[in-house]
Amino acid sequence: MKMRQGIQLIAQAAIYTGFAFLLAYFSSQPPYERVPAGSALIKLSFAHGAERVGACHKRTYEELMALAPNMRAPIDCPRQRLDVKVHMKLDDQVIYQASLPPTGLHNDGASITYQRLVVPSGYHTLELGLIDTDRTKGYDYLSKRQITLTPGQALAIDFKPGGEGFVYE
Amino acid sequence: MHSLKALIRYCLMWVEGWFDWAFGPKWNPTYCLGALGYFYFWIVGVSGLYLYIFMDSGIPASYLSVEYLTHDQWWLGGVMRSLHRYASDAMVIMVALHIIREFAFDRYRGSRWFSWVTGVPMLWLIIIAGITGYWLVWDMLAQYVAIASTELLDWLPIFGEPIARNFLATSHLDGRFFTLLIFLHIAVPLVLLFIMWLHLQRVGHARINPARGLAVGTFAMLLVLSFISPATSQGIADLSRVASPVELDWFYMWVYPLTDIVGPATIWIGSFVGTIVLILIPWIPPIKKKLPAVVSLDNCNGCTRCAVDCPFNAIIMAPRSDGAVFDFEAQVDPDLCTSCGICVGSCPTATPFRRASALVPGIDLQDPSLATLRDEMEKQAAKLTTPGSVMIFGCDRSLKVAKFKSASIATVSLPCTGMLPPSFIDYVISRKLAAGVVVTGCRRGECHYRLGQAWMEERLDGIRDPRLRERVPRERLARFWAAPTDGRTFARDIEQFQRTLIDLDSKATDPEQSEAAQ
Repeated sequence: MKMRQGIQLIAQAAIYTGFAFLLAYFSSQPPYERVPAGSALIKLSFAHGAERVGACHKRTYEELMALAPNMRAPIDCPRQRLDVKVHMKLDDQVIYQASLPPTGLHNDGASITYQRLVVPSGYHTLELGLIDTDRTKGYDYLSKRQITLTPGQALAIDFKPGGEGFVYE
Repeated sequence: MHSLKALIRYCLMWVEGWFDWAFGPKWNPTYCLGALGYFYFWIVGVSGLYLYIFMDSGIPASYLSVEYLTHDQWWLGGVMRSLHRYASDAMVIMVALHIIREFAFDRYRGSRWFSWVTGVPMLWLIIIAGITGYWLVWDMLAQYVAIASTELLDWLPIFGEPIARNFLATSHLDGRFFTLLIFLHIAVPLVLLFIMWLHLQRVGHARINPARGLAVGTFAMLLVLSFISPATSQGIADLSRVASPVELDWFYMWVYPLTDIVGPATIWIGSFVGTIVLILIPWIPPIKKKLPAVVSLDNCNGCTRCAVDCPFNAIIMAPRSDGAVFDFEAQVDPDLCTSCGICVGSCPTATPFRRASALVPGIDLQDPSLATLRDEMEKQAAKLTTPGSVMIFGCDRSLKVAKFKSASIATVSLPCTGMLPPSFIDYVISRKLAAGVVVTGCRRGECHYRLGQAWMEERLDGIRDPRLRERVPRERLARFWAAPTDGRTFARDIEQFQRTLIDLDSKATDPEQSEAAQ
């Protein structure tokens, strides 16, 4: 009887040990590699509103009189905004290009993007261009930089209107 | 679906058989997965409370406070942190096994739908609580979790700007965000606790604590694990670095690698559809509702035993409505009744000795009624021809007793063994319908209707009403609690029991031989 109890206790200890091993192992193993070793990450994200789709115009006296008294704003601007066009080149290779529509029910909000781009580490030429007007040639903002990305580096790029536009963090 | 359930059932019963051998039915962890889940929740709660005392919010205060606990106060703070992590992981395992088990044994349909459905939001809350907890540490794993979670959330058309932008660079971070996270990490488990309470509202005599021996064993296991392999951080978060590779807690974070493979759309649609399916599964396909128990006021004396014994709170005691001298009468809620018949087994008026009037107990099933069972018992007993004959009372959810029927074995199967009033055993032996009686049903602690087996044992042991009368010779009664897979052992035990009965009979008919033998 004692022999049997002893074996049962050993079996219990074995089951507890197995459970503990299961907990210990899967609470941290196997490690997960989201970005391959030796690579770097470029995160491009911004929220920026492009220009309105059309020019504002000054209302005439007749136009103002045709409106309700509380609606008589002298300047009439369209609500909708243009798409923001953006492109990113790494060593002259386009790695991201998009025409970002405005957000909002009336297409009057900012254009938004959030991109994670896994790239090889090392020395690169990075070019970013952005158009937020109705121009058909050239860019409203253009940034070209020589960068060195170390393995595992995460380069964040935001956009703030004015100056070069693109903010490297 | 049936084949899948049968396969899982077979595997579980096989494993549980071994666990029964190692732990005994009382300590068998597979019989109290839900209670273990509650136990781990308390460990997580108490350890979390301790960690909260020392926890700072903000960057890098959050990380530094956890580091202090882990290294400077390793002997208590570090252990508490490890207990917090490992108990959370153990809880996930228990919950997953609990769901699989209830599904395989068909314990989520009919009147049991409420417990199943209230369990579904608990899955979401457990995952959210776990993930927000990892986030608070603000190490590289937290950074990974923060970015992967917000990227996943950004797929939903809820947020104006992507919330992942908050983790674009260190300059975007706001310490107040951690205050919100701490609030979430406390509020979500509190909501979880409320739903855990709700989860058991239709369960009578709910077991929310594992047996003491099991609790001590499992806590000791967690404690030893916390000392041998303490939970540690993975370096302070640095948004200018990629959090890769990371040592994920796969019990909570499997969803992130899966998102990288299948994309956020599949994850969200899969989660949504999965949740809906889980909620609806008790009705897919619709279950044929059995007729509920009915009360016969002419025979009910309002003793309350049926209400006390009902495992699903389907019976209440209401003030007497028929003018009888008793204070109460039993009332059955048909929506909650599982038609297990345990109430019939508890009724003091459920006795087969009644001949002056029809056998109508105070509470009875409609199909099968107690009178039907008595008729069946007598019909089966009449076929017994050989010495050492036995009457086996079994249950529909355990061993199929009918296949053991022979010239020396009569069988009656009940919806649950708990439906059998002990007076039936007295009746069989005193009327010599058979030389002995075998009561069988689900394994100890594993009753399909939760408490039928336990109540039956207590009635036979004379510690629960209605008790088996003293006059019944105990050597002519055998109990065998078994799973459907235990048929071979059962057959062997019956054979042995029959030999014992033959010996008893021969001694009874030849007292001289009996004395000589003594």
